[in-house]
Amino acid sequence: MSEILLKIDGKEVKAKEGMTVLEAARIAGISIPTLCHHQKLEPYGACRLCIVELDVRGWTKLVVSCLYPVAMDLVVTTRSEKINRIRKTILELLLAHAPDAFELQDLAKEYGADRDRFEKEASFCIHCGLCVRYCAEVKKKYAVGFVNRGANREISFIPEVASKECWNCKECFQLCPTEALQAAYVLTEALTSPPPSFGREAKKYSSSRK
Amino acid sequence: MRAGSALLSPEVKEQAVDQNKEEIRTEAMDKDRIDQIIGKHHGEPSSLIQILLEIQAENHWLPKEALEQVSERLQVPMTRIQHIATFYKAFSLVPKGRHQIHVCVGTACHVRGASRVLDTVEGFTGIKPGETDLDLKFSLETVNCLGCCALGPVMEIDGKTHGKMGSAQTADVLKNYD
Amino acid sequence: MSRINSPAELEAFKRNLLSERDPNKTCITLCSGSACHASGSREVAASIQEEIQKQGLSAEVELRRTGCHGFCERGPIIVIRPEDICYFQIKPDDVPEIISETIKEKKIIERLLYTDPETKEKIVHESEIPFYKNQGRLVFGSNVEIDPKSIDDYLALGGYSALAKALSQMTPEQVLEEITKSNLRGRGGGGFPTGRKWAESRNAPGDIKYVIVNADEGDPGAYMDRSLLEGNPHSVFEGLIIGAYAIGSHQGYIYVRQEYPLAVENVNIAIQQAEEYGLLGKNILGSGFDFTIEVHQGAGAFVCGESSALMTALEGKAGEPRPKYIHTAVKGVWDRPSVLNNVETWANVPLIINKGADWFTQYGTEKSKGTKIFSLVGKIANTGLVEVPMGVTLRDIIHKIGGGIPGGKKFKAVQTGGPSGGCLPEELLDLEVGFDELTKAGSMMGSGGMIIMDEDTCMVDVARYFLNFLTDESCGKCVPCREGIRQMLKTLTHITQGKGKDGDIELLEQLAEVAGEASLCALGRSAPNPFLSTLKYFRDEYEAHIKEKRCPALSCKELISYYIDAEKCQACTICGRKCPSDAIKGDKNLIHIVDQEKCTKCGTCFEVCPSRYQAVKKISGEPVPPPIPEEARTIVRKKKEK
Repeated sequence: MSEILLKIDGKEVKAKEGMTVLEAARIAGISIPTLCHHQKLEPYGACRLCIVELDVRGWTKLVVSCLYPVAMDLVVTTRSEKINRIRKTILELLLAHAPDAFELQDLAKEYGADRDRFEKEASFCIHCGLCVRYCAEVKKKYAVGFVNRGANREISFIPEVASKECWNCKECFQLCPTEALQAAYVLTEALTSPPPSFGREAKKYSSSRK
Repeated sequence: MRAGSALLSPEVKEQAVDQNKEEIRTEAMDKDRIDQIIGKHHGEPSSLIQILLEIQAENHWLPKEALEQVSERLQVPMTRIQHIATFYKAFSLVPKGRHQIHVCVGTACHVRGASRVLDTVEGFTGIKPGETDLDLKFSLETVNCLGCCALGPVMEIDGKTHGKMGSAQTADVLKNYD
Repeated sequence: MSRINSPAELEAFKRNLLSERDPNKTCITLCSGSACHASGSREVAASIQEEIQKQGLSAEVELRRTGCHGFCERGPIIVIRPEDICYFQIKPDDVPEIISETIKEKKIIERLLYTDPETKEKIVHESEIPFYKNQGRLVFGSNVEIDPKSIDDYLALGGYSALAKALSQMTPEQVLEEITKSNLRGRGGGGFPTGRKWAESRNAPGDIKYVIVNADEGDPGAYMDRSLLEGNPHSVFEGLIIGAYAIGSHQGYIYVRQEYPLAVENVNIAIQQAEEYGLLGKNILGSGFDFTIEVHQGAGAFVCGESSALMTALEGKAGEPRPKYIHTAVKGVWDRPSVLNNVETWANVPLIINKGADWFTQYGTEKSKGTKIFSLVGKIANTGLVEVPMGVTLRDIIHKIGGGIPGGKKFKAVQTGGPSGGCLPEELLDLEVGFDELTKAGSMMGSGGMIIMDEDTCMVDVARYFLNFLTDESCGKCVPCREGIRQMLKTLTHITQGKGKDGDIELLEQLAEVAGEASLCALGRSAPNPFLSTLKYFRDEYEAHIKEKRCPALSCKELISYYIDAEKCQACTICGRKCPSDAIKGDKNLIHIVDQEKCTKCGTCFEVCPSRYQAVKKISGEPVPPPIPEEARTIVRKKKEK
């Protein structure tokens, strides 16, 4: 694999072809915040905290470093007024869901994010997808997945699979940035719900839930 | 092709409602019919959505047993099926009512006052979009453009298009359905 | 139906068809697009067939049920060939007269003709009607001639001759060059140069490549693709096969939204007929080129109109978009090179191959060549589908073709580009329509939806409407879109409810930046556009809502009140009877008043008050005038003179 030279925050970085900008930055000791990234999992690109600025022929382009492939002579900026502003707002949006999550609180301090900027939301899932992806890619059990779309998106355990697999595992709990609260809660809900009869199934899946 | 048992006839629904208002029992779709549909698509996982669309079209909803059968035949995890069944608006995990009301809320209809039509329908039927009333009489959905913008605001009931709706006409049209 | 095995056989077949078809035979073409279906064209068709038989004219008169003619406001429409007599808003009851008078006696029925609203002149021929005359219907025009369920109609017009030319006289590189030279840009919204996209796929490594028709048309108010696919599916297939030949693909997909059942039906019939004729499948026209088409239905998700989400859906998954740092033209469906183009883009291809890139480039502006089909809808007199060369001004489209704003109302804004686009005010009406021109003004071309708004449309509500739509349709994967747009919706909803406060606009602008810059896909990135454009051109409306709790357009329910003008009320009692909330007090000779406590602002009274009285009034931002005392409410009627 050929060597690729790029510039990150003014620093010359040597990377290998096929690497992402995030990987190259880490080699060079430059830290970029992430939430949905995990070394055992395929990069997901959902939290958008790892955004960086690329200088392309005079234009500035914003991309997520966890997915963007390194290229020769790439010029990357990992922090700027705009990037910081965007990261701050992303954190504030997430804090509305999980104000007590340690990871979020640490990042909030760094970027000056105000946990009370937005009204508190009912669900404390921040949709990093770590639990779902871990169960699918590493454990290959597919006990937990996403349901619904948009603002109604939630994680949901499959009761039949979870009752067999989860009690011995629970490895996704420690991945959960909202301190395993969300993972544990949803699992308990799935396992303690009465067996699906139409009435309750209807209530659970009615798309009228806003 | 035994399609008969698969469909929820109004009579069956009426019976179910009468017997027990709390637990509305509904027939699950014929397993053989589902196998047939899957076979038509050669059991291809990439045809998952097409298969579910056919089951939805015939049965008017996706019972859990049907999803489990599809999961097993296609060797696709239940999480993926669950995601798809809840991601796409075409699918319903609960039985639908006898009359499907579609209120167009596309931009052209919106600009001509579709939200008032929707308010009237919600008031009259007691349900919001995505819901079915407990008597299984009406199901309400909003749609984002029926392509009849010249007739806006448009409301479609059981496939029949009602154009140039206002609050007053909407109530009148709905009274005709039982 | 026998296989056509070579370009020469195709030409011979066409000549044979034409010799069998008498151009002077009377043919009634009836528009049977979905909109006319909704207006009753099926019943009209049945009536025509019945009447033709009854009057013994089955041998002399033909009925052809075509695709959409475009003038949807006036449907159902028939055009009688060869005289080109055009009748509008036909009901089944009109049919016997049409057959007896016009078909048999060659007499025109005046009341069914188009009347020019200015000159009051009645126009007989389709080509002279301003709505059609001012268009340039290169792509859409054939709809009027073709029964989509009959491939022979398409072949009689020279259909598939471009394909024959490409396969037998041109190399794939030459086809690619011609498309590149034509400067054809994607008609689905992105406006990306088609030739460049094809070249990328052609040059990408891999043996298996795909071509895809994006018929997911999710923009509310846009139905051009539907009418093209319903009315002339073969034109799209022909373009698709030519494109496949150019890039080296043998498998095509048509992704149609399931909300278009007639399109799905006609596409499936067309595929079957094309296969029977050997225009699809193995060894097409004896060229050795193989190609098949598979139809996939959408399942109700706007986001699946986004190319990477569509490809994910084709793989049988939930339609979540993917990052496009590596173009889908290189890594698309199953990570294979995939060219995705819009229906209208594909339909342009046969024209370019047949008539040449130089012919195509004579239409349009410097950077936007060719024509564009728009769906002109909303507060406009002539609702319908219009096709114009790029470069025509918005003013001409809206006034010359669209017939202006009905009801004597004043134009306020034109919204283009669907939920990704923006609203343009009156000052910009002389803008020449084109990709870059619209983008520079703060909107975008989008798929071609053109929604006209008048003085009764609240622009803050328009922004709220689009954000509501996008919040529902967002896939939910990334934070900026899922959370950011939702917060924007919350704030805008509060503003329309009179709960707006200082700082709301700044908050919305910040959220717009996050969504616009950091979202995963174009849905999120373009979501702020309706808000930003309405803020730019209609800031005063936002400030009225926030500072004065007033809706200048008298539209936002929580900010308006209805009352009855005591001077105008004639106690006709209609409003009192129709009020669903029992909020109107009055009697036969008593001036009516609205009980503000009970009023739900449904607007029924406003709608039903007879226009000669106009007694029901709407106001905003100020309290309702106090009702006159009960004693003064009795109406003394003048006795009629005997």
